[in-house]
Amino acid sequence: MAAWIDMVFILVVVIDLFTLASSRLNAAIRAVALQGALLSVLPLLLASWEHEIGHVLLLSLGALAIKAIFIPWLMFRAIREAAIRREVEPIIGFVPSMILGGVGVALAFAFSRGLPLPSPERHAFLVPTALATVWTGLLLVVSRKKAVNQVLGFLMLENGVFVFGLLLAEFMPVMVEAGVLLDLFAAVFVMGIVMFHINREFSSLDTEKLTALKD
Amino acid sequence: MLLRALFQIGLFLLLPPLLLGVVNRTKALFAGRKGLPLLQAYYDLARLLRKGAVYSRTTTWTFRAGPAIGLASVAAAGLMLAVAGEPALVSFAGDFVLFAYLLALARFFTALAALDTGSSFEGMGAAREVSFASMAEPALFVSLIVLARATGTLSLSGMLGPGLAPAWSTAAPALLLAAISLYVVALAENARIPVDDPNTHLELTMIHEVMVLDHSGPDLAFILYGASLKLFLFGAILVRVVLGLRFESLLAAEAAFAAGMVGFAILVGVTESVMARLRLARVPQMLVGASVLSVFALVLLLR
Amino acid sequence: MTPALAVLAIALVTASGLPGLLLQRRPALGQALSCAALCAGSALGLAAAAIALFGGGGFAVSAPWHVPLGSLALRLDPLSALFLVPILGVPALGAVYGLSYFPQSRLGARAVRLQLYYGLITGSMALVALADNAMLFLVGWEVMAVAGFLLVLTDHEKAECQKAAFTYLAASHAGTFALFAFFCVVGSQRGSFDFAAWQGLSAAGRAGGWLYALLLVGFGSKAGLMPLHFWLPGAHSAAPSHVSALMSGVLLKTGIYGLLRTTGFFEAPPASWGMAVLALGAVSGVLGVGLALAQHDLKRLLAYHSVENIGIIAMGVGLALVGRARGEPALVFLGFAGGALHVVNHSLFKSLLFYGAGSVQHACHTRDIEHLGGLAKAMRATSFLFLVGAAAISGLPPLNGFVSEWLVALGALRAMDLPRGDAAAFAVLAAPALALIGGLASACFAKVQGTVFLGSPRSEHAAHARESPRAMLVPMGILAAACATIGLFPALLLPALRSAAAAWAGLPQAALAAPAARAAASAWWVSIVAAALLAGLAGLALLRRRVLRGPTPAAETWGCGFSAPTSRMQYTGSSFAEILTGRLAWVFFPRIRFRPPQGLFPRTASFTSEVPDTVLDLALSPALSFLARIALKVRAWYPTRIHFHAVLLLLGLVAILSWRLLWW
Repeated sequence: MAAWIDMVFILVVVIDLFTLASSRLNAAIRAVALQGALLSVLPLLLASWEHEIGHVLLLSLGALAIKAIFIPWLMFRAIREAAIRREVEPIIGFVPSMILGGVGVALAFAFSRGLPLPSPERHAFLVPTALATVWTGLLLVVSRKKAVNQVLGFLMLENGVFVFGLLLAEFMPVMVEAGVLLDLFAAVFVMGIVMFHINREFSSLDTEKLTALKD
Repeated sequence: MLLRALFQIGLFLLLPPLLLGVVNRTKALFAGRKGLPLLQAYYDLARLLRKGAVYSRTTTWTFRAGPAIGLASVAAAGLMLAVAGEPALVSFAGDFVLFAYLLALARFFTALAALDTGSSFEGMGAAREVSFASMAEPALFVSLIVLARATGTLSLSGMLGPGLAPAWSTAAPALLLAAISLYVVALAENARIPVDDPNTHLELTMIHEVMVLDHSGPDLAFILYGASLKLFLFGAILVRVVLGLRFESLLAAEAAFAAGMVGFAILVGVTESVMARLRLARVPQMLVGASVLSVFALVLLLR
Repeated sequence: MTPALAVLAIALVTASGLPGLLLQRRPALGQALSCAALCAGSALGLAAAAIALFGGGGFAVSAPWHVPLGSLALRLDPLSALFLVPILGVPALGAVYGLSYFPQSRLGARAVRLQLYYGLITGSMALVALADNAMLFLVGWEVMAVAGFLLVLTDHEKAECQKAAFTYLAASHAGTFALFAFFCVVGSQRGSFDFAAWQGLSAAGRAGGWLYALLLVGFGSKAGLMPLHFWLPGAHSAAPSHVSALMSGVLLKTGIYGLLRTTGFFEAPPASWGMAVLALGAVSGVLGVGLALAQHDLKRLLAYHSVENIGIIAMGVGLALVGRARGEPALVFLGFAGGALHVVNHSLFKSLLFYGAGSVQHACHTRDIEHLGGLAKAMRATSFLFLVGAAAISGLPPLNGFVSEWLVALGALRAMDLPRGDAAAFAVLAAPALALIGGLASACFAKVQGTVFLGSPRSEHAAHARESPRAMLVPMGILAAACATIGLFPALLLPALRSAAAAWAGLPQAALAAPAARAAASAWWVSIVAAALLAGLAGLALLRRRVLRGPTPAAETWGCGFSAPTSRMQYTGSSFAEILTGRLAWVFFPRIRFRPPQGLFPRTASFTSEVPDTVLDLALSPALSFLARIALKVRAWYPTRIHFHAVLLLLGLVAILSWRLLWW
């Protein structure tokens, strides 16, 4: 059992690195969807049976439905409408962003033991994975030019926060879960509206074109 | 013990062309053709040794010596290879560094022989080969260091020997990542798709094939044989890492190893048939990705 | 006896320029006598060093000196002896090389001056290695710096030489300033300026950290660690080749010697010191070789490779410091042995490469590799010896570069033996950094060897090149033989390295016996594999000769059916390196001037690319020019009459006296 949980965390980090490296939007959306699916399985694996099993199951199913099915469907619809296929060379380049992501992952795994956390760790890899995923998400938001990739970065950021939330789930279970999922929903709604408007205005989802708005 | 090591070296020197045959047969089956005979590479080597050679007027002794130095280096690297989990003839702490640098020696002289012809094609191939190889070196090193850390030894025979089975139970994720990284490096070093196409002779798609464009006769035989030895080297390491079990008898170990090598050749053939060659600008990204994966595996083991 | 040998050696070497000066009517004889004096002095010094290294016969003598705080204290321990080997060996070979490269009969007074300063710099470097007193050390250091400046100014009419020499002098003095600060602080702490009184310094706290920073600045700028390397490329390419060989091969190592000697004073240097030097070394290595890939001036390229190799040496020193902090004798031995052996190895193969570059410049009158090519046919011996140097510097077995890089990599791997969770275990990442550096270095030297010696000539000069005279080939041959010997029999040097490591770390020899024995066993295996490689090569050569019995016709290189190939169609050096320099374009900023072919039948097109040194040309020069402009504006305010300056002096004197009387 412990080996499977290890594998899930490591697979989450590998998906982070893969998304940093991929230039095809289809592959990136599928990767983030897979990451969401993996993370929705985690509460079930980590649950320490004092919790009500029904509660945990509901949380997992909800996360699966939203992260792995609904949001990717929205993203695929968005790119079909805007008819874009590939990301152009991002602001810091694929290789430097991979290296930066790798450095962030390495530092997270190497030094997270020294962090002062209020509650005991449920699993040794939980905090480093969360930190690594947050870092990767931020890198994507900061460096990519196409709005779809920036949204993916934001989704990855939320995934990382979700992993952090698993740490606190024993203290404030319902609040944390509901808060995270609502947050996610709102973000995607806003992003969807923004993307629709950008596309309508410029016939493209290249955020560089937003600079044309200034006088 | 010495006899067993010599037997392994004999296997190392005789089997590699068969590996090429399996790869080509897999690709042919995917393409719906019947394909060349499995022993075709042996026939090619014999034929080339019987032929004469033509040399360009621009070349010097470097061109004539390059293939021999390349083959001798790869064969010397094979002295340190632990085949099927048996200890190699030569094993000492840090021997995998010598292993990697012997392959670098082969590459250096192949590139020099290519530049000796004064042709822009060979120069192009040599430039690409040395650039991609220098990006693949760190990935190879870090993967081997992950193996060293997981098994607690610093020699190839120790890393691929009996210490591998307990390492899989304690450090499975790291070893898996290192194996993936090793596979990517194997594809890059042996000039297989998605890095290079071993079948074409167009300069736009070639890296390795164009470097040997002007060689003929016995020199070409040395190069072909050396390429098959190099594929065997990488395959042997990868197969042993993935099949990290202890075997009771020598026969069972050899049989498992042979099956693993055939599986590796089929995997290479399948990869070549299924994937397209990457744009040359994407190859560094793939290699850096392999390095990042293996560094991640190392950090997992060091924390 | 050994002190007398050493002192005589220094004296003979320093005065070796005099015969050339005194015998200006008979220039050939004068230069030959100078060369003989230098070689004799070197031989005496090397004998003393060998006695100290292998026979355990070091010495420490002291005599009073009228300079305040100074004493004539000399010490020859295994660490100094190890560094004396390149310090005395390389200049001797350089003097022989100079007999044909820089003949006094043709160049007259310029050659006389060069020989004078050559002897002076060698003697002062030997003094630096033997000095056991801070003042004596500084005297030697300063003479070395000024002699180097004068040597770079040999061709003083050229603007390039003037600029390079001045940059070198400024950087050297900035470093010496930091050294002065270090010596003053420690000397006032201990009450004496003798190194013997400085053992057991405390490395604790912020005071220790500041001392270490001063050491890194002072010795790092002399050694050429990034980012203090900016004076290196200009100085090494502007000087004559045997001077560049001395500067690259030996002068930089005095910085490493100083760093080792001073860190040897400290009682328990923390692991962060070692990790800092390790990180600086890794950065120097990777960026140094990256910048070298982008050069097309042969000597500038070799100078950047010196930055890279100093980075490798620094990695070894860093590992040894980490080993001292954690009490791991294996780390100490392997890191020190790798770094120190690379000091010797680098002086050997870098000098070989610079002599080759000098021969090429002598024959073709240009240093630009894009105008060379095909020299292997006319200059067979030079091309072969240069190839040996190129293979050695790329760290390829069975030559000496591989052995030292292997030792450093082994040290990095042993860092994994540290307990789990120790941050110093990340020193193992030095091994893949070393692999990257090695890969890039072999790419760069494939480019150099291929562009300069192979292929066909790209210019008239290259087409009419002729082989160098014997006096230039003999030193190269000796160096190549030394590289091959060390590469084939590395285990023979390990005992000497062990005694030097013990002397530096302040450990008894027995403490390092176990790691040294393990390394020796592995080193004999390396020799066996090298022998197997050579045997295999011989076998294949015989097979090929037997199989290729018929005639081998000659033909043109395959050009895909194109019937009029020219030498301009070959791959150039810049094209060869383009993929890799494109990867590193975020560190250096190439300046490209490109005129593409225009129209249907283009007549001309051109492409030039130049990579300025990032630290010097993009950071320091603009910043310093800005400061200079501000200073000029301030100066314009001054009234120019003498009385004003005299009044300022008087006011200053009054201010000091009142401060002394009232507040102190």
